[in-house]
Amino acid sequence: MRKAGNIKAWLYLLPAILFLGVFMVYPLIDVLIYSFEEGYNSASQTSYGTGWFNYAYVLHDKYFLQAIKNTFIIVIITVPLSTGIALLISLGLNSIKKLRDLFQTIYFLPYVTNTLAVGLVFMIMFKKTPYTDGLVNMVIKLFGSGPIDFIDGPYWAKMFVMCFYTIWVVMPFKILILTSALASVDDVYYKAAKIDGTSSFRTFTRITLPMISPMIFYLVITGFIGAFKAYSDEVAIFGTNLNAAGMNTIVGYVYDMLYGNAGGYPSYASAAALILFAIVFTITVINLLISGKNSIN
Amino acid sequence: MKIRFDGLTKRFPNRNKEIKADVVAVDNFTFEIPDGKLIGLLGPSGCGKSTALNLICGLETPTSGKIYFDEDDVTDLPPENRGVGMVFQSYALYPHLTVRKNIMFPLENLKGKDKLTKAQMEEKVLEAAKVVQIEELLDRKPKEMSGGQQQRVAIARSLVKMPRVLLLDEPLSNLDARLRIQTREEIKRIQNTTGITTIFVTHDQEEAMSISDMIVVMKTGVVHQIGKPQEVYDNPIDLFVAKFLGTPPINVFDGEIKGGELYIGGEKVLGKDYVKDTADGEVTVGIRPEGFVLNDSLDGKEGVFSVDLKAIEVMGRDTSVVFEHANAEGRLRAIVRSDNNIDGKSDTIKFNLNSKKVYVFSKETEERLI
Amino acid sequence: MTNESYDVISKRAKTARITKNVITYFFLGVWGLMVLFPFYWMILTSFKGYGSYNAEYTPKLYTLDPTIKNYKDAFTAVPLGGYFVNTIIFTVLTTAIMVFVTVFAAFAFSRLQFKGKNLLFTLFLSLMMIPNELVVITNFVTITDWGMRNTFMGLILPSVTSVFYIYLLKENFEQIPEDLYKAAKVDGTSDIKYLFKVMIPICQPTVVTIIILKVIECWNSYVWPRLITDDATYYLVSNGIQEIRENGFGRENIPAMMAAVVAISVPLIIIFLIFHKKIMAGVSRGGTKG
Repeated sequence: MRKAGNIKAWLYLLPAILFLGVFMVYPLIDVLIYSFEEGYNSASQTSYGTGWFNYAYVLHDKYFLQAIKNTFIIVIITVPLSTGIALLISLGLNSIKKLRDLFQTIYFLPYVTNTLAVGLVFMIMFKKTPYTDGLVNMVIKLFGSGPIDFIDGPYWAKMFVMCFYTIWVVMPFKILILTSALASVDDVYYKAAKIDGTSSFRTFTRITLPMISPMIFYLVITGFIGAFKAYSDEVAIFGTNLNAAGMNTIVGYVYDMLYGNAGGYPSYASAAALILFAIVFTITVINLLISGKNSIN
Repeated sequence: MKIRFDGLTKRFPNRNKEIKADVVAVDNFTFEIPDGKLIGLLGPSGCGKSTALNLICGLETPTSGKIYFDEDDVTDLPPENRGVGMVFQSYALYPHLTVRKNIMFPLENLKGKDKLTKAQMEEKVLEAAKVVQIEELLDRKPKEMSGGQQQRVAIARSLVKMPRVLLLDEPLSNLDARLRIQTREEIKRIQNTTGITTIFVTHDQEEAMSISDMIVVMKTGVVHQIGKPQEVYDNPIDLFVAKFLGTPPINVFDGEIKGGELYIGGEKVLGKDYVKDTADGEVTVGIRPEGFVLNDSLDGKEGVFSVDLKAIEVMGRDTSVVFEHANAEGRLRAIVRSDNNIDGKSDTIKFNLNSKKVYVFSKETEERLI
Repeated sequence: MTNESYDVISKRAKTARITKNVITYFFLGVWGLMVLFPFYWMILTSFKGYGSYNAEYTPKLYTLDPTIKNYKDAFTAVPLGGYFVNTIIFTVLTTAIMVFVTVFAAFAFSRLQFKGKNLLFTLFLSLMMIPNELVVITNFVTITDWGMRNTFMGLILPSVTSVFYIYLLKENFEQIPEDLYKAAKVDGTSDIKYLFKVMIPICQPTVVTIIILKVIECWNSYVWPRLITDDATYYLVSNGIQEIRENGFGRENIPAMMAAVVAISVPLIIIFLIFHKKIMAGVSRGGTKG
């Protein structure tokens, strides 16, 4: 009986174990090996040694350094900004009754749309071509400024579009999570605060924030992880040749090394991916430490 | 401070959208609550007593009518300017703050000339904590305390800014039976010490009767009777109030007034002295359990009113006689002396009635006739 | 205090409340516009003629002569229909296989007793930390070695397992009282029957959540399909859009591009509008458990 139960259990688990083994566990070991194999050749499947060379190469590659810089800028700008704005919007949503469902539904729309597709729309709204300055420039002109080329122009103009789009894409999830976190705070606390004459600001900082802080930390942590893995939003705005646009990200660099025009270097790709993993891991641990310290208990 | 209501009414749209008519949670309240008393707002659940409380503290605004605190019209005043303290049913203690911080919370809201120094606040917190006797718990979090202790903290928090009115919403409902009795005495004591006009809402008549200086009995938004607990119990204004007050509840019979005498099921139970000049006709008769009296030999073999004996329950201090009657629904109860000689195996038992404990109500309007 | 000062306070409180409401609605409206405008713009542009679009140096916020020619182009000049079919096949198969793998694994972890269960589950959980980017490199090589590039198998196989979903469902399964399982065993119900007749119906909301999340993920997936397909007959919509952007429609036919974008976005938006309550509840549940 016991033995039969054992076999049955493993049978139920077999598909999951097989898939995870082949496509997650093995690759995990493999990527480590790749990253230390020097001069690996995909065609002949040979290498001529092991060591830190791949890491050194990647860390000295100007494209990789650019990618790190871009990624960090995107993370630092979009994570706090999107979380903050989402919090404001959720507070607004929670304070109204009429139209609330409608607003919530509208705000969630970007979540279910193909980011590659909508990115193209953003690109067109911001792009300046010989035929047209584009929609955004038309608005800027109303305020008396000259046209800016957001897609092929100065670095910070491109970065602005990038961050703007990233925030637009991540907002639905954050608004959704924060609205439900806010709704889960028992109304009676607000009533009590109101009777005691607590100002709205103080109610927010002393009651609302502490009570939803676990969810905020959760959003910040997942926001950091997500933003560090930015890639397809970049492709959506600037096309596949991100290096040429100077807008590549770490994940973009990994894929470029693996495939595409510059591809065929799984060792470099592996080293870059492991560096990314180290960064994300460190930041997450720091986040968890901070949130652990600040949590309610 | 006294509180006066003038035609106070609150309507809500019906939650069941198919019903167009509004729900009237509070219907035309016009009465006065005297200064410095403990008032129990009593009624079955859903009768609008919590809405009434919310109107007094300003969490809700009335559809029509006025509320006065002394002579001031506070009807449209936001809660924070009314000087009310409120203890919520779930206590609403902030879980992330210590007891000290919880009690201090209202004080920290004070602005301008009312602003207090840290030391003043500490002093007031300690003062409030002493009133409810929780000085030694100040550094705990709400989670680390029992229900009764949380209740005291909630009271301390509402007292700390010296409100003109203290409101308590079902203050005992989250406590177990033993704590309930202890806490209700506690509330009485606190009210006595502070002298603050205190209104508490409850659906438990025993709770309201036991500690209130005055009770307000209401049903579906309408106030039925206001008065001292004993007066309301002894002199219910209608069948609802009579049924709602008292444990065990009042026994209700179909009766008839014939030729100026009161009959229940063919037996004449009370005579002309009692009925006086009430018109003949069918009536509803309510008899308190203690209104049944045994004959002198205490064996229940003689009396004006015979019933079908079902069981004898010994309660210690007194005895509860369970019986049925053709003119009443379900099982009925009489409370008699414990030193009686009733034969428990007998099928019938006879009682005399104490006329002060018998009430006659109109069958149609349920209003009190005698 | 006098009545007069109470009057002033009452009025001030009312004004403050109204002002706050106006400001709140204003800002909510602004963000609503920010969200909706790109959708409006892509729909508007998709109905503008090629000529009239390019003649607008200053873009117009409306069009007086809408045309559906762009939609015809989108489905004829580029194989948009094919991309659609591919994406649907990919989404349906991936989601279906994923649900089976997940349900079985979650069942084994939540109800069956076997040696090494706790160790294995810990291993599973630790896999949750591994970002996809780390394993994609080897998977790319594996699939290439197996000769599965430009096949549905190659697209689907690495995408069918999610440790997170197994975890989510296992947690949910465990909330079903153990007594129910014992009762079923006493009645002689087989495990499989119990799983499909009792557990899945009870945990239907979670299963639906998983399906919703997976479908959205599949519909939008870009990176893996891009690595594994270079033959346009196997492109999914995301890759199709990128292909259209870089090589489609000849020179910069933006209205036609927008028509393709609209065509790609519409199915998911329609599904969302119909089931928006369920979908939002599902995403919220999936998000807050993590």
